[in-house]
Amino acid sequence: MLLIYCPYCQIERAEIEFRCGGEAHIARPSDPEKATDDDWVEFLYMRSNTKGIAAERWRHIHGCGRFFNAVRDTVSDEFLKVYKTGEAKPDLEAIAREAGK
Amino acid sequence: MSDLPASDLITPDAGEAAILGLASVSILKAAPLTRLSFRAREASLKKAGTAFGVALPVKPLTSTTTAKRAALWMGPDEWTLLAPEEDLQAVAVGIEGKLDGEPHALVDVSDRSDAVIVTGERAAWLLNTGIFVDFSLESFPVGTVTRTLFHKSPVMIWRIGPEAFVVEAWGSFMDYVAGLLVQCAQELEAV
Ligand SMILES: [Zn+2]
Repeated sequence: MLLIYCPYCQIERAEIEFRCGGEAHIARPSDPEKATDDDWVEFLYMRSNTKGIAAERWRHIHGCGRFFNAVRDTVSDEFLKVYKTGEAKPDLEAIAREAGK
Repeated sequence: MSDLPASDLITPDAGEAAILGLASVSILKAAPLTRLSFRAREASLKKAGTAFGVALPVKPLTSTTTAKRAALWMGPDEWTLLAPEEDLQAVAVGIEGKLDGEPHALVDVSDRSDAVIVTGERAAWLLNTGIFVDFSLESFPVGTVTRTLFHKSPVMIWRIGPEAFVVEAWGSFMDYVAGLLVQCAQELEAV
């Protein structure tokens, strides 16, 4: 069973308490009135679908209920870092180097 | 169970027969309660705690109690507030009065869930038949509260004693939860 650390509960819990919420750090167009159809397509549908180190949104849905962000190796399923919503996107390349990927 | 925290709050429902009564573990249906879901920002916590009668815990997965009040940490901006059934009006009006104009949500969810009290030396063992949480006293001390999954049902587990837990589930899920607990406990009788 995969254990995931929740930065709000500050504890590791079983994977079944969590849901993945897709790629992290995708900002909604700040001025929706000015956004073109292409901008919306980009925002709504286009994802990088990384094979390797990726930043994702996760939700501790059967715990505190909060969304947070996690850096995960999508090949090995290894979690390399978790951080709270609103914190800056970490340097993925540095994390990958540190993890020897 | 008079030596347990919130002893006047979490009591067996006198009108109900025991769900399970083994020497090593028993399950009793808990009497109805006032349950309030409270969400607010940090700036409002002190006032809310004063109005409620016990300070709201800010440490994750902990609870604070007096004999007739319990505040349970559910998330960084979410608490479950417990009080005797007849205190609903007083508690709700009291907190709303103190937080006038401050953004918050206070919702009566008293009837959303039912609770059972699981006690005995095999209580933690029994819960672990469906929950992936370490219930050793070091990592889950008395007073710890958490939402998690029991098999496929979301539940809230609150440890009120070394060998006593409150298990809350949504009303329509409680038959499933209590039923599976009783079924798993048959293993204890077999030995
Ligand atoms: Zn959590």
